[in-house]
Amino acid sequence: MTTAAQGRKPLLELQGISKRFGAVQALSDISFDVFEREVVALVGDNGAGKSTLVKLISGIYPADEGTFLWEGRPVTVKSPNDSTALGIATVYQDLALCDNLDVVANLYLGREAGTPGGPLGLMNEVEMETRAVEVLRQLSVKIPNVRIPIASLSGGQRQSVAVARSVMGKNRVVFLDEPTAALGVAQTKEVLELVKRLREQGLGVVIISHNMVDVFEVADRICVLRLGRRVGTYDARKVSREQLVGLMTGALTGIAGAPGAAEAGAEP
Amino acid sequence: MSSTQENDPRVIREQAGLRGFFADYRRRIAQGDIGQLPVIVGLVAIAVIFQVSSKGVFLDSFNLVNLTLQMAAVGTISIGVVLILLLGEIDLTAGIVSGLCAAVMAVLSVNMQLPAPVALLGGTLTGTAVGLFQGFWITRFGIPSFVVTLAGLIGWQGLLLYVLGPRGTINLNDKTITGLAGTFFTGATAYALAALFLAYVAGAPLLAYRKRQRAGLSVPPLMFVAIRAVIVTVLVLGAVVKLDSDRGISSSVVIFVGLIVLMDWVLRRMRFGRMVYAIGGNAEAARRAGIPVKTVRTIVFVLASTLAGWGGILSASRGLAVNQSAGQGAVLLNAIAAAVVGGTSLFGGRGTVWAALLGIIVIQSISNGMDLLSLQPSIKFMITGGVLLTAVTIDAVLRRGQRASGR
Repeated sequence: MTTAAQGRKPLLELQGISKRFGAVQALSDISFDVFEREVVALVGDNGAGKSTLVKLISGIYPADEGTFLWEGRPVTVKSPNDSTALGIATVYQDLALCDNLDVVANLYLGREAGTPGGPLGLMNEVEMETRAVEVLRQLSVKIPNVRIPIASLSGGQRQSVAVARSVMGKNRVVFLDEPTAALGVAQTKEVLELVKRLREQGLGVVIISHNMVDVFEVADRICVLRLGRRVGTYDARKVSREQLVGLMTGALTGIAGAPGAAEAGAEP
Repeated sequence: MSSTQENDPRVIREQAGLRGFFADYRRRIAQGDIGQLPVIVGLVAIAVIFQVSSKGVFLDSFNLVNLTLQMAAVGTISIGVVLILLLGEIDLTAGIVSGLCAAVMAVLSVNMQLPAPVALLGGTLTGTAVGLFQGFWITRFGIPSFVVTLAGLIGWQGLLLYVLGPRGTINLNDKTITGLAGTFFTGATAYALAALFLAYVAGAPLLAYRKRQRAGLSVPPLMFVAIRAVIVTVLVLGAVVKLDSDRGISSSVVIFVGLIVLMDWVLRRMRFGRMVYAIGGNAEAARRAGIPVKTVRTIVFVLASTLAGWGGILSASRGLAVNQSAGQGAVLLNAIAAAVVGGTSLFGGRGTVWAALLGIIVIQSISNGMDLLSLQPSIKFMITGGVLLTAVTIDAVLRRGQRASGR
């Protein structure tokens, strides 16, 4: 992916991002980018700033300093609506699904198809269900019946629905926060396959994970954060698991011969 | 669908035909998705018990017309309660607000001699204003609705007494206002109304079935849709024949059922309805999906208090007077009980406005039947309490079942 990424503009690029909370410098001078059709893993120990970075990107709170580029153009992201409008979706750990609603309703929550008129407009259930079935099939998500409430789905199926929801709109970058944290072996595999299919569909996927096996399974590039600073971004094929753990914990400060080797755009 | 589920042995495949449908239905019951089955079973049991013990008076047309008159007012209040419960909130002012709105209407009509439409509008807007105030207070300060409406329960009672003044009772004399509950539709008009209602409850699902089939979506067996339509048609026509052989269909019943159809349409077809269910299911998820949670909550409180106001107006119209005890006593409890007995979950997000109709029929039938048997109020209260407890228990147990089958 990295080689393919050369010479293209990243979908999303952050330069020199900093964020302070009172006396805590949560993030300092972070650079980060995602291209289309790639999976970037964002890794780091607790307190490294992964969540803060995701929240800045999804507009939960603004950055103190730094530039935010979308397809090379500077943009400002001050609220969740700004990032949604750009085409950035975030799937949080706690899924944010409505247990009482069926799969179709959850996939379309907040953007139901139908007649115009906002809240007073009428929903077109047939259109929504047809499209929902189509999207789930494209992503090979196995759901017995799209009209059953989310409450009766398994953990993996719920996670799949939450991820599928992020591709319902015109989203181009999807952030997945610990998507496999609560899942069993088979379900984890299902979700990771889903992540790969999102990449095949041309999306830029950012996966935040503690699980090294998962990271190496799907990621093209790995961005390591430590104590609010970026240690580096590495090509997933050229870094070992031990090295990655060393970088996350501070035992290693860089990899000899490949400092920031996969930093897109840094070295043509 | 089929191509996505072929390889997964866990996927429960739907069998064809009616047998498959019943297998599916059994599974849904086991998972806690019971729909209106228990309340319908309960209703049949109630009808049989009272019909036998009252020696045939219970299902007599005269008594059935009385039953419809008794249920329209509290039933209308109960529609609003269903909306509130869908959010996972509670409104303890539903009863007292009905009395307050009726009192305002009575003062405007009788004391101030204003024309009926103005008086009715005044009563309605009183409910709207109360709902707006409470909804604002609950969402703005994040106070539980239980506490805000508990304060309201006391406060609005004071306002009711204040509005009624020292005399305490106002007798209604305006023909339009008393006609709200006192007008009866018979013959062709009654059957035309029944046909309209049937077009909505039995006809629309058949149309939806055709639409889904044409779009290539999975459909339940046509037989089932047809059987359901036939059963509903027989019940409704049977009721109309019975009512028509006595005084007919009261206008208050037409208003009550009309409001149910309207709210059902709003909840199932409009995006607003989806928002209400989403907030009741997971308010945080709704907020993240861009739903204006506070605004929707406030609007639902406005709708509920306005519906309570109309319930109070219908009650006043039937009783031809408003007094200091208007909207008090069992009104609130019956309105909430009806919503819950009808199948609305107290935990939010589950239920339909039909719960208000089915629930009030159950509650009012029990009350009416016990009156026919001349039972003491002490016994009546205890039995009504037992029915409510049973209904809530069914909800809680099934909810647990649903969670257990969720993984």
